[in-house]
Amino acid sequence: MTRQFASYMTLRPFTWMILLALSVLAGCRRSAPPASELKATATGTAIVESSGGHQIGVTGTALSDPLVIQVNDDQGAAVTGALVEFRGPAGVNFDPAVVLTDSSGQATTSVTLGASAGRYQLSVVTPGKSHPVTLEVVETALDYQQRLGSILADKYCDRCHDPESSPERVSNYDNLAVKPHPFTEGDTLNKMSDADLTSTIVHGGPALNRSALMPPYGNTLSAADIRALIAYTRAVADPPYHPAGTVYAFK
Amino acid sequence: MQRIRRILSSAWTAIFGDPVRAFGVVSLVLLIALAIAPAKEHFSEWHRYQRQYLNLIRDRGDAVSLRRSFKPGIHQIWLPDLGVVDRCTTCHLGLNEAGLADVHQQPFSKHPAILHSLDGFGCVICHGGQGAATTVSEAHSSVRAGEEPILPARYIESGCGQCHQDQLPGTPQLNLGRSMLRRYGCVHCHAITLPDGTKVAAIDHPPSLDHIADKTTREWIFSWLKDPQAYSASTTMPDFKLSDADASDISAYLVSTSTPLPGDSAALDVKPAVSADSSSGPSLYGESFCSSCHAVQNAAGNLVGGNLGPELTRIGNKAKPEWLLAWLENPRTYDATTPMPHYRFTSQQVTILAGYLQNKSDPDYGANVHLDPWNAAQVARGRKLIVELGCAACHEINGVQKPENFAPELSTIASKPLAQILFLPGMEHTLSSYIAAKIRQPRAFGASVKMPQFTLTVAQSDALTTALLAQTSRSRSMPDDLRVAETRETSYQPAGQAGKLMTELACLSCHRINGRGGDMAPDLSSEGSAVQQQWLVSFLKNPNTLRPALIRRMPRFNLSDNENKELTDYILAVYQSPSIDPDFTLPPMNVAETVEHGRQLFYSKYACQACHIVDTKTDKGYIGPTLTQVGSRLTAAWIYAWLRNPQALRPGTIEPNQNLSDDDARALTAFLMSLKGPGGRGAKQ
Repeated sequence: MTRQFASYMTLRPFTWMILLALSVLAGCRRSAPPASELKATATGTAIVESSGGHQIGVTGTALSDPLVIQVNDDQGAAVTGALVEFRGPAGVNFDPAVVLTDSSGQATTSVTLGASAGRYQLSVVTPGKSHPVTLEVVETALDYQQRLGSILADKYCDRCHDPESSPERVSNYDNLAVKPHPFTEGDTLNKMSDADLTSTIVHGGPALNRSALMPPYGNTLSAADIRALIAYTRAVADPPYHPAGTVYAFK
Repeated sequence: MQRIRRILSSAWTAIFGDPVRAFGVVSLVLLIALAIAPAKEHFSEWHRYQRQYLNLIRDRGDAVSLRRSFKPGIHQIWLPDLGVVDRCTTCHLGLNEAGLADVHQQPFSKHPAILHSLDGFGCVICHGGQGAATTVSEAHSSVRAGEEPILPARYIESGCGQCHQDQLPGTPQLNLGRSMLRRYGCVHCHAITLPDGTKVAAIDHPPSLDHIADKTTREWIFSWLKDPQAYSASTTMPDFKLSDADASDISAYLVSTSTPLPGDSAALDVKPAVSADSSSGPSLYGESFCSSCHAVQNAAGNLVGGNLGPELTRIGNKAKPEWLLAWLENPRTYDATTPMPHYRFTSQQVTILAGYLQNKSDPDYGANVHLDPWNAAQVARGRKLIVELGCAACHEINGVQKPENFAPELSTIASKPLAQILFLPGMEHTLSSYIAAKIRQPRAFGASVKMPQFTLTVAQSDALTTALLAQTSRSRSMPDDLRVAETRETSYQPAGQAGKLMTELACLSCHRINGRGGDMAPDLSSEGSAVQQQWLVSFLKNPNTLRPALIRRMPRFNLSDNENKELTDYILAVYQSPSIDPDFTLPPMNVAETVEHGRQLFYSKYACQACHIVDTKTDKGYIGPTLTQVGSRLTAAWIYAWLRNPQALRPGTIEPNQNLSDDDARALTAFLMSLKGPGGRGAKQ
């Protein structure tokens, strides 16, 4: 009797194994990469960035300018028809992700950053002659608070703190006897604590014994505005800002 | 059969043959059945995440405080007023933990800083999804009846728009989308009713087509209808994808029913030839600051100029010469509500400017359009098409009534059940992707769709989608105290003779007064308290710029002395700020000493030269207005009040409130009032 039971039971592992094998097969089929329809007609040995790097975007949305790169050969001449692949961490979306370089050797893609704020390290890869060639590009995504800071900076601060001039908005940077720190200037700003930055914004430059050309904004901006401005400066600092944070002891 | 029966009976005997064994087996089965519930809970998805979270925080330095704030079990945020039952925090355990800012592993990372608390609003209000679900797939991606997957991050600002009907500084995408609904004519066809019962009103100015034959030719109308963007890349007129016959018939109807205006052909005998001096056209165009409102494509193909008026790159292809002359003479004869000012050009200036604009044409545009003369059948079909396509929803057209509710209402589009939507094959089954696709490619949804094709960038269509996704039914059912109402444009209209003059000059196209008008130029609601009469008279006669870095400037209207006086008197008498003391005088101190003290404060303590120029030789500040003759321009009362609190007089101005003491403010006022400019200073000494 027991053997009879056993014979029934032994059938089951077989069924399970078949099911398992089938599901593995099905899974494989789904996860297999789609066959690339693009066929490279040439290979390059170097990638250079044309434009679209170091942009500051918003989480989950497309960057305002496309990322444009150029593939060159050994002599530095543009290569047409080289296969280029854009890669990034999970959540980053490229449209298109795989592309052939055009007649001027350039490949263009629109980049949508992921849902969490911070720096995104993207890589651009082309097969190359012997080994793959990679170019690293960094883009930054701002969260709500940081972007609110960027909007406030654009209204109140960038007229002096941003040396870039445009016909629509002429920068006042060059007119100032003491030069303000651009917000990307991590070398200086990273050394200042949040409290230092807050008191400079609230009480003006003289609060930290700095130039009076920086006026006080404590009666003009709210506390939340100032926190947002600081969050923005931290986000765009170059080199990147690392908060001191909690000091952990080893167990 | 026999075999099976034998097996069953032997199994029965094996188990229940002995009462004690039978009792044991039944107990065992009961025990297993009872264990199913705790086991199911133990192996549930959310429990697994909570264990992962505990593992994550175990080795951190702040483990003790994190452990203390961790509560096992299902968490729930219940907000009956908003209809929110959110259990998201069961797995998203680090949302409120400032210490987890460095953790980027979902579902444990910290929520970015926003101005609302999690407990006050929950999660699904902004993010969508099923708050009550306790598995990832059900909470995030269910598309069953009545359920909505999580909203893509690119549309997240729509969440803010459910309560905030007003513009928020932190949601530029939502603000852009909402202004596009008004500016691109969406609300001419689609009604959008706000929670307070008012309708969203359009702010574009689609021209009336009642006298269109005075203005342009049937050939131009044909080319325009076929592809509006080919004539003007920046136009908000969409492409209706008309066939040649359709465009020909519509143009036939418009031209045949157009009624002529007497003024538009009267100037025919004026020679619209290019004037002898070829530079007078461009310089008059520049002096009149036409480019503040009108854009022209430059050689590189970029649009240069404002977008308040139509693009003028190919105006010569469109406008008939005699119409252009009449328009420049006085635009209000042709269109009484145009935002264009009546410039009061001399007839010579009109001729120069018309000749200059007439030359702005593209010989290739519409070159191969040859239409046969129209017949009655074409006109009848043209009318039928106009009614079908809803042209009259935007434009006034002779013989066609403005249709009511031409297109579906969009007041609660963001709560449309997915079951009512016909998705295209291969499309993601979410409302956001449906709305976005409908905006980008309306005609892809079938041949019967009348909605035209708009030319939009990705950012623009995303903004529109965001604005529409804010139109949820929750935005209407939520408690009123949560809603931030929109600041509406008032219906302010300046009165009397001066009011008529201001309408003619279209002051409100650029300036804002008492809550109505544009934002290109300063708000004039308190201008009468701010400026001195003499300055205002000479400014209106010949406006010179106050801000060196500005490219959009006040144009010169050839006002007569009487008109100038009328306007100045009205501004000074009516546009008074209640917070300015009209009898303000500086205290009788030693004037020279106070002025010198003020100068010291200006240059050292407050470093005003960072933004303002007082002495053109040494100062370079390029942000605020030049102050070299501020003493002849502004009143002392205004300067004093402004220094004490700039935002109180002009909300949103970027000059910081320096919280000046009364003495400092008075000394600075005395110094600034002493700056009378090149002519004034000598007179004072």
